[in-house]
Amino acid sequence: MDYSPLLISLKAASIATIITFILGIYAAYLTTTRLKKLKGIVDGVLLLPLVLPPTVVGFLLLVLLGRNSVLGKFLSQYDISIMFSQAATIIASIVVAFPLMYRTARGAFEQLDKNIIYVAKTLGLSNHKIFFKIILPNSSSSIMAGTVLAFARGLGEFGATIMIAGNIPGKTQTMSVAVYSAVQAGNRSLAYKWVMILAIISLSSMIMMSKLESMQKGKVGKGDK
Amino acid sequence: MLYVKIKKEFENFKIDVEFEVNGEVLALFGASGCGKSMTLKCIAGVEKPDHGLIILNGKVLFDSKKKINLTPQSREVGLLFQNYALFPNMSLKQNIAIAIPKNTNNMEKIIRNKIEDFSLEGLEDNYPHELSGGQQQRVALARMLVNNPKILMLDEPFSALDEHLRWQMEHKLKDILKGHKGSTLYVSHDKDEVFRICDKIAVFNNGRIEEINTKSNLLYNPKTYTTAMLTGCKNIFSAKKIGANRVYLPDLDIELASSNIVSNDLKYIGIYPHKLKITSDNKKENAFKFRIVNIINNLFSYTVTLVPVNLEDKNLKHQIYMEISEYKFEEIKNKKLVFLYFDKEDILLLSN
Repeated sequence: MDYSPLLISLKAASIATIITFILGIYAAYLTTTRLKKLKGIVDGVLLLPLVLPPTVVGFLLLVLLGRNSVLGKFLSQYDISIMFSQAATIIASIVVAFPLMYRTARGAFEQLDKNIIYVAKTLGLSNHKIFFKIILPNSSSSIMAGTVLAFARGLGEFGATIMIAGNIPGKTQTMSVAVYSAVQAGNRSLAYKWVMILAIISLSSMIMMSKLESMQKGKVGKGDK
Repeated sequence: MLYVKIKKEFENFKIDVEFEVNGEVLALFGASGCGKSMTLKCIAGVEKPDHGLIILNGKVLFDSKKKINLTPQSREVGLLFQNYALFPNMSLKQNIAIAIPKNTNNMEKIIRNKIEDFSLEGLEDNYPHELSGGQQQRVALARMLVNNPKILMLDEPFSALDEHLRWQMEHKLKDILKGHKGSTLYVSHDKDEVFRICDKIAVFNNGRIEEINTKSNLLYNPKTYTTAMLTGCKNIFSAKKIGANRVYLPDLDIELASSNIVSNDLKYIGIYPHKLKITSDNKKENAFKFRIVNIINNLFSYTVTLVPVNLEDKNLKHQIYMEISEYKFEEIKNKKLVFLYFDKEDILLLSN
C-alpha cells in the first residue's frame, strides 16, 4: 500500500493549521477590537467558506490563483505554479479551516469579561501586552479547541482540493481524495483502509480536544465569574 | 482637579453631564442604568464620548473640538469594578506586579508592602478563583493603587459583598481615600453607603445630573423628586401651591402648611416615613385623621401604611407610609384610626 496520501494530508493539514492559527486569531482580534461599522460584512466574508459548497470555494480559488489570474501570471514569471502542486493542497485546507479557527477565537475573545480589558488598559498595559498576557492565555482552551477543529477540517478537505490540486498520486493525492479514487476504481478494500485511517486520526484529535478543555477548566474554571 | 463635560448618545438614551471634583470623594448616585458607569468609562478612556471635554489636573484627556483623545494607558486613572476584574491567569502576586509602572525600583518591596497593607500574606501564589470575594476585592484595590493613579474611580465596589464584609471593606476604603491625594468618583445606588463614604453627591437621573450638593444638604433638603426618592423618601405626592406657605395634596385630599416659602414651580411634596408622627391633639395644624390599612414588622421598627379616613384604601396613590419604633408602636397597636401629624419643618418642597 502506498502511504503517500497520508503524508501529503498530514503535511497539508499541519502547515494549514499553523497558518490558520495565526491568521484566524489575528482576524478575530481585529474584528473584536477594531471594527465597529464594518464588522457584519467582514464577519460574513470571513465565514463564507464555511457555508459555500466546497466546489464553489475551489472554483473561486481557481479563478484567483489559476494560470490566467494576476497572481498566477506573476508567479509564472518565476516558474512557480500553484495549481496542482502541494501548495494547492495547503491553500485549500487553509481556506476551509480558517472560518473554524476564526469563529472559535472570536467567540472566546467576546466571552472575556470586558472589565478585565478595561482595567488592564487603565493600569497602563500596552495593547500588545494585554493581548499576549491576558486575552490569549484566558482564551487558550477555546483556541486549542479551534486549532484541533481546524486541523481535523483541513485533514478531511476534499472539494476545493480536488479542484485546485487535482488527484496526482504521490504529489497531490490526499487521503480524502484517495478514498474517492479507490471507490471510483472499485477498490473497496483500499477505500476501507483510508476511511479507517482518517477516522482514527480525526477521532483522536477530538478526544485530545476534550482532554485539553477539561485540563483548562481545572485550572481557571471558577475564575471567570 | 477633574473637570468633565460630556455628551454621548445611545439608541434610546443620552448622557449629558457636567461636573467638577476638587480632591473630594464625589458620589455618582442614581438608579441602575442612568449613565453613571458609562460616565466613568468615558473618563477612563475605554469609551468615547460624542462631544465634550475632560481635564484631569490640567492635562486634557479628551477634547472633541481639538480632537484630543488620550489612550486609557496614558490617562493615569484607577478603575475598580464590582466584579474585581482580576486577571484569572495570574496569581495574586502577578496581578499586583503587572500594574507597577516599568522602571520602578524596589518592585519586590512595593509588592510586599501592598500585600501586607491589605492583609493578603500567605496568599501570594493563589489564583483569583482560589480567593474569597473579600480577598479578591482587596487584590483589586492593591493592584489599582500600585499604579499610582491620579484619580480613583470605583464602580459599585461593594455590591457583590455580603453585609459584614462590606462593612469591613468600607473601613479599609475610607483609610485609603484619606491617604489618596487626588479626587475620587464613587458610583453607587446605595444611599447609606454613599452617605458614609462620600463628601459630595451628584444625583444622576436618566443620563443627566439633577443635583450636585454636599451630602448633608442633599439628605436634609432634597430639591427634586429623584433626589428625594433616592434618599429613601417613600412618601412623595403631587402638590399644588395654594398660598405662600400652603400646599394642597389632591391624592390625600389634605392641605398642609410648610415652614418654607412655596415656590411657583412646586410639583411635589415629600415627607420621610420616619418623620411622620402620631398625635392625640386633633386640633393641631397639619394633623389629619387616617386609617391604618397595613403593618409590616421590620427588624427594629414597624412600617405602617395609612390612608385618609374618608378615602378608599385599595388605591396605592392614597397610601402613606410611616416608620415608627417598636416602643412608639405600642401606642397605636390596637387602634384603627389615628391622627397623623406632618411637622411643618419636615415637609420637603420638590420641583420636577
